[in-house]
This record gives sequence, C-alpha cells and structure tokens, in this order.
Amino acid sequence: MLGLGKKDTLLLLLVTALTLCAPFLLNPFPVNGGLAQFNAGYPDLMQRFVIFGIFAIGFNILFGLTGYLSFGHAAFLGAGSYAAVWMFKLLSMNVLPAILLSVVIAGIFALMIGYISLRRSGIYFSILTLAFAQMSFALAYSVLTPITNGETGLQVTLSDPRILGVTANADGSIPVTHLFGIEMRATEVLRMGAWEFQFSAGYYLCAVMMLLAFYLAIRIFRSPFGMMLRAVKSNQQRLYYTGVNARPYTLAAFVISGMYAGLAGGLLAAMDPLAGAERMQWTASGEVVLMTILGGAGTLIGPVLGAGVIKYFENIFSKLNENVLHGWFAFLPDGIEDVLVAVIYPFVGKGWHLTLGLMFMAVVIFLPGGLVEGGQRITRLFRRGRSPEAQRRRTPAE
Amino acid sequence: MGILEVKDVNKRFGGLQALGDVNLSVAENSVHAIIGPNGAGKSTLLNCLVGKLIPDTGSVMFAGQSVLGRKPYQINQMGISRVFQTPEIFGDLTVFENMMIPLFAKRDGAFRLHAFEGVAAERDLTEEARRMLDEVDMLDKGDAHAGSLSRGDKRRLEMAMCLIQRPRLLLLDEPTAGMARADTNNTIALLRTIKEKRDITMCIIEHDMHVVFSLADRITVLAQGTPLVEDTPENIKGHPKVKEAYLGEAA
Repeated sequence: MLGLGKKDTLLLLLVTALTLCAPFLLNPFPVNGGLAQFNAGYPDLMQRFVIFGIFAIGFNILFGLTGYLSFGHAAFLGAGSYAAVWMFKLLSMNVLPAILLSVVIAGIFALMIGYISLRRSGIYFSILTLAFAQMSFALAYSVLTPITNGETGLQVTLSDPRILGVTANADGSIPVTHLFGIEMRATEVLRMGAWEFQFSAGYYLCAVMMLLAFYLAIRIFRSPFGMMLRAVKSNQQRLYYTGVNARPYTLAAFVISGMYAGLAGGLLAAMDPLAGAERMQWTASGEVVLMTILGGAGTLIGPVLGAGVIKYFENIFSKLNENVLHGWFAFLPDGIEDVLVAVIYPFVGKGWHLTLGLMFMAVVIFLPGGLVEGGQRITRLFRRGRSPEAQRRRTPAE
Repeated sequence: MGILEVKDVNKRFGGLQALGDVNLSVAENSVHAIIGPNGAGKSTLLNCLVGKLIPDTGSVMFAGQSVLGRKPYQINQMGISRVFQTPEIFGDLTVFENMMIPLFAKRDGAFRLHAFEGVAAERDLTEEARRMLDEVDMLDKGDAHAGSLSRGDKRRLEMAMCLIQRPRLLLLDEPTAGMARADTNNTIALLRTIKEKRDITMCIIEHDMHVVFSLADRITVLAQGTPLVEDTPENIKGHPKVKEAYLGEAA
C-alpha cells in the first residue's frame, strides 16, 4: 500500500491508529482518581509528543542513517519557530503559510551550516554543528534582537500589520492561530462516566503532520538514497571507490533533517505563537540526541518512542512532589512512610532528570539498539520454541 | 598504446624518492603484475593511479584521458575499479545491498536524489545483482550481513562488487595478502574465471610469486621506486637483476 512493503504498511497503520486514538490511550485513569496525574492526554502535552516526534524522526534520518551526529539541530527548530511567528505577525494567523515558511527557512539555514560542517566528519562535525547552534543562540539572544526580540522572545502583538488577517479582534484581543478558521486551541471534551477525553484541533493537525513525516521517512529509509546513506555510515572509502560522491548525499540528509526540525519548530509556534532563543540552546539539541538513542537510532519507530518517553518524564514525573508521595504511602506507619518518601523523592519532581539519566544509561548499556531492541527481544522471547526458523532469522530493525 | 599509460612519474615524500621516472604501459585485456620488495613503491604507484595521490611530475593516462587531479569517485566512473589489500565492503549492509550500491553508482552517477522509489522496485538491477552473486557462488548468502562473512567470502564479495560495474581496468592491491594457501588458490581460480569470461584488463600488485606466475601475462619489477625490468613471467623467473633486488645477491 502507498508503495510500501507489507511490514512497513502494518507499521504505518499501527502508528496511525495509535496517534489518532492517543486522546483515549493517554487518559486511562479516571479524572478524580489518585492516578489521574499520570494521564498525559491533554492537548498541550500530546502536541509536544508528536511535534518532538517529528523533530526526532528528522534527526534520525541524519544520525541513524549516515552516523553523522549533529549537536546543533535545535538551531533549525528555533529558526523554524521564528519564521512562523514572523508569518503570524506580517501575513495572517493561518498556520499553513507559517509552517511552509518555517520549513523553507530551516532548509536554507541547514544548507548553509551543513555545507561548512560536513567538510569534517566524526567529532569535528559534531563540534562544528554545536558551534553554529550556539552562535545562533547567542545572536538570537543579543545582536539580532530586532528580528528575535532578544530575551523576551518573539510574540504576536496588537500592533502587527497582518496583511491578510486582522490586526486585532473586534473585542480588542489578539487573534489566535487557526487553519482556515479552525482555531488551533479549539478542544472538544468528551465525558464518559468518570473518564474525560480531550480532542484538540491543534493536536490533530500536528498528528497528521507527523504521520506525513513518518511516511516520508519510511520511503527514504527504503529508497536507494537511504541505502546510500547507510553505506556512508558503513564504509566511506569503499563508497568513493565505487564511484559515489558521499558529500552531496550527506548534505541532502542534513538539509532534509533540518527541514523536519523546521517543521517541528513551525508547529510549536502554530500551537502557541511565541518563539524564544532558548529553543536553540545546546540542551535542546542534546535532547533530540537522547530521544533518538533512547528509542533506537536507525530504526523507524524508535525516535518517536524516545520523544514520547522523554516528554512524558519531563511533564508527568516532574510534577510528583513530596506531598503526592506522602499521599501515596499514607497507609504505612509514619516511620516507614518517611523513609520511603526520602528514598523515592530524589528520583521524581525536580529530580526527574536523575531517573531519565539512569534509564538512559541502562538502555545504552543493556539495549544498545534502544527501546526498539527491547521490544524485539521480548517478541523473540514469546516466539521461542514456536518456530526455530523465525528465531534464527534476525528481523531487521523497524 | 596500452589502456593505461604511466609516463615519467615522480613522487617524493620529504627526502624520500618514492617513485622515480616510472614508465609503465598496460596492454588492453592483459593481466599485468607489478612486483617488488617492501618499500619498492608499489602502493604509492597504485595510489597515483586511483587519485589518492597526485604525482609530482609525469602523466597517467587511462584510455586516452588523464586521471591526474580527478577524485577517486570520478576515476571509478571512468571505468577503473579497485580491490583493496584488506577487503573493503559495506559491513553493516546485507550482501545483496552491497551489490546494489555499485549498480546504482554505475547507472545514476556520483549523486542522485532518488529518495522515493523503493530499492526492490528496481527489477533490472536486482536481477543483475542476483546473477552476479550466483556467479561467485554467494546467492544463498544474499541476506547475510556482509560484516559477518568469512574473509574469503568478503574478498569474493568485493571482487563481485567491482566486476558488476563492468570496469575496463581492475586494480588489485595484494589480493591474497594474509590468506591461507587454500584461500589463495581459490582466489587465483576466481581471477582466472573472471579473465576467461569477460574482456577486462587487470593490474595486480602482489608479493606472492606463486600468484603472480599463475596469472600474469607481463610483469614489471619495481625496486626503490624505479622499474628494473618488464618482461614475460618466463623471462622474469631467472632474471639476474630480479634476484639481486629480492635476495640481495650479487649478480
């Protein structure tokens, strides 16, 4: 279907089903129950899941296939956000032109940075991209204030021209982002007994974009172009002596992944029309590296999983404070309760980075192929004994 | 005029004269061996032919065109393939994919952004890859990771990857270095069949006299960066200058 093999079609259908049903799947707990704080099915977080999924899918096209580890991809995300907000300020609050421009700007930006950085490989390439991203961050923060609005960040205001839209609503408020009239923040709430599910227009726009991005990534992975990129990672010397110039291939991969980052940045701005320099900072670049490796670099679904896990930790685990813990263990005698809370507390709330770090270490050491490899091992465990042939034949990473 | 003409090539590394006035003519459809003791400049010469090094003076012509100043991938596109001393293959890819890459390089040139067609949809090319794998007896290993092959299989795969591009000149850099006797003999047999089946010129750099005398039509002996003699294997065998260069005997 759609030019994909059977396994890839199944994977795409599975991801489509999961993304479209996410408002149900991520809200498994009743609203007023004790576990409600583990619900992740609110629009803001779901949008983040898919937007950073797009970012990681794109990053994986560069890192997973060619092995070139960029430490500066947040620069393209930031550039995309700025481009989108400028579109909201100057043209209209419709998200489509904004997203288009953010992809184009990020692509041009990636072409320039990639052209220079790809003169080196390995750690030197990583350092060059990091340097460019930090330069962009510093410039956005200070010198380029007329364009980026410096520390405050770029926002839509009541004095923007918005040629095709309105400068201000009739009631004097700032217009909101929309897609041909459908407001991005519009949310339908469905109540079923003790459960509550939220369907947001913004989330579904992001979800459709992610599915398109995912589909494109599958096509690239299975194409001759994708095979050449894997050959770059495997043996550049042989590739040159086989008559292939690796440079334009890596540059194309770099630009494509930069455009993915731009799309993610544009969507972030479309959901919430502001852009700040901190989106370009090196921690943001490092985050997408973590997502990709955690999920499984070079696999199709891995980066999306990694993005989901990290964003879940960042938004859910970080909200567990001391009071919540005391509430959980209240049934225990006071002494034991205090000890348990004291032991667990460093790992949650503000300490969620510690849990994430430990998990990342465990994955890198025990599952070098990321969460995807973990899934494959479990599947193989279940299949053991049933068909020895399937067990011996190691399925390629999905 | 040979297909490969090397004229007055000099290459100096600091104070060391690696190649001095090398002249070499490789006739089309012949097997030409270059032998010589360690440090004779064999590898330097080969690197000058494939674009890895640029000679200080002189010219290297392939089929009437100069190769000097061209990049390795451009020289490959002219019709020169190279087999390395240790097999250079794409270890993370399957054997079958290893065969597809040279085919795409041959058809599409040094770069083409073909990101939307599937590899499997290229029926002509996949069929050609399968035929070549069959020819080197590796069809059953098509789905294996190339990195997990035995050394002998890696060598055969590398040769198949070079041959599938139908090069006019195949350069072999010590193709049997570090091989056991049985593997060496297999490689010789493989090269012989290649030679019989197609029109191809081979230039072999080799240490192992057994290999050289079983395959070569012409032999050039290199010593201290200069060609000593060039002759047929029969005449080289008893040549006093060769004995001197190899064994240090006074002629």
